Amino acid sequence: MTRFVILLPVLLAAAAAQAAPGPAQQAELDAYTGMAKAADPNFGGFSAARGQALFLATSKTARPDTPSCTTCHTTDPTKVGRTRAGKEIGPMALSAKPDRYSVMADTEKWFARNCDSVLMRACTPMEKGDFITFMTGQ
Amino acid sequence: MKPSSTRLALAAAALLIAAPATAQTALPPTSSPAASPQATTAKECGACHMVYPASLLPARSWTKLMGGLASHFGENAMLDPATATTIAAFLTTNAGDVSGNRRLRGLSASDTPLRITDTPGWIRSHRKITAAEFSSAKVKSRSNCVACHAGAAQGSFEGDED
Repeated sequence: MTRFVILLPVLLAAAAAQAAPGPAQQAELDAYTGMAKAADPNFGGFSAARGQALFLATSKTARPDTPSCTTCHTTDPTKVGRTRAGKEIGPMALSAKPDRYSVMADTEKWFARNCDSVLMRACTPMEKGDFITFMTGQ
Repeated sequence: MKPSSTRLALAAAALLIAAPATAQTALPPTSSPAASPQATTAKECGACHMVYPASLLPARSWTKLMGGLASHFGENAMLDPATATTIAAFLTTNAGDVSGNRRLRGLSASDTPLRITDTPGWIRSHRKITAAEFSSAKVKSRSNCVACHAGAAQGSFEGDED
């Protein structure tokens, strides 16, 4: 127990230090930056605050069972979530799940599905970049 | 119909036809060609729910289900075309009507259930389970096979005869 109490701040510090995109996450962010610029020449960079707002928002256009990202992922990105079918979902925060946002095909698959389920539309490159910027800082 | 509105209707129809194809081709493959069809099925289906054994539905049900992933029990579960084709082939090859699963006996050939819980065998073998038991904290849902059948994810319902 004592050892755990001593170790805890070390672990927390390590987690905090990890809260930045690694090379794989940066590659995804770079790809979305290119797409965002192509969509809007005045694109001014991604925003963690906008990403957080998107994550927490309750959609007005959602499918009935999935009104928000937080329906399945909970409001705390460092915690595990649960699908409607009961399966555990790994945390969305990079610090809590270091392989998040590292395989573009997987990232695109989940945005395609979940943006449609929650927003009933595709997410824009800016929304995707904002979301990853927020989650890689968590 | 005026010529302009005719053109608009034609354009809308073209969009409706083109939209699903566009959505599909936009997704890059998430599965490795080196992975076995079974492993790909387990990975993709198992991301959201228990990997239901293919033998619990007839092939026509799996075909219909895999053709409707854009609206899968209330959620979008779209896959890239290559991965979807691999999984559909695995499910239909191992489907209950192909393997002769007796739990599908009594299912009309014109019936294409999308839910395992709508098949005659399932209904028969669960007829004594009360609604309260299904909604209990341990079970929560009829789709939660493993709550009572420990080997369900491996396709084993042995010792759970109806």
